[in-house]
Amino acid sequence: MILGRVCGTVVATQQHAFYRGRTQLLVRYTLPDGSFDGEKYVIALDLVGAGEGETVLVKDEGNSARQILGTDANGPVRSLIVGIVDG
Amino acid sequence: MKLGRVTGTLVASVKAADMEGLKLLLVRPLTPALGAEGPLFVATDASDQAGPGDLVTYESSREAALLHAPRFVPVDKAIVGIVDQYAYEGEVRS
Repeated sequence: MILGRVCGTVVATQQHAFYRGRTQLLVRYTLPDGSFDGEKYVIALDLVGAGEGETVLVKDEGNSARQILGTDANGPVRSLIVGIVDG
Repeated sequence: MKLGRVTGTLVASVKAADMEGLKLLLVRPLTPALGAEGPLFVATDASDQAGPGDLVTYESSREAALLHAPRFVPVDKAIVGIVDQYAYEGEVRS
């Protein structure tokens, strides 16, 4: 899993059917000390109601993402926000 | 997924049979602040309606191919959607 901070929101109307109605947040990778890890980022689906500025855990692997979402083997998804870090 | 900007179109009349009918676009990968992040790449369009100038999200590797399921296509970058609104650090950008 990746440690990151929610820095942005992405809204798209015209998109692949799988993603319709799913919240997409931009997460920048962070280092253990809380600073950003260069320009690294990922846009992930939000499963936990994360908001801007929160430190989150991102799962960036396709098979586990498909299992968590309960999709079939063809679910075109890889990145999920699966936790909010309290401290 | 990551952010990209469609910068051009591409036509290839000879390609793998499963790619028949797929639209090809040139995409510039972007940083979170929408700066250029690296060299252009060619992507297929799973959003169906992306065109030059659009801010888009794209997926890479296996998930890119899965965007065209049930077709099994030899594709490693595919556009997921056209971004209507992108807010970064509280500021709306486009």
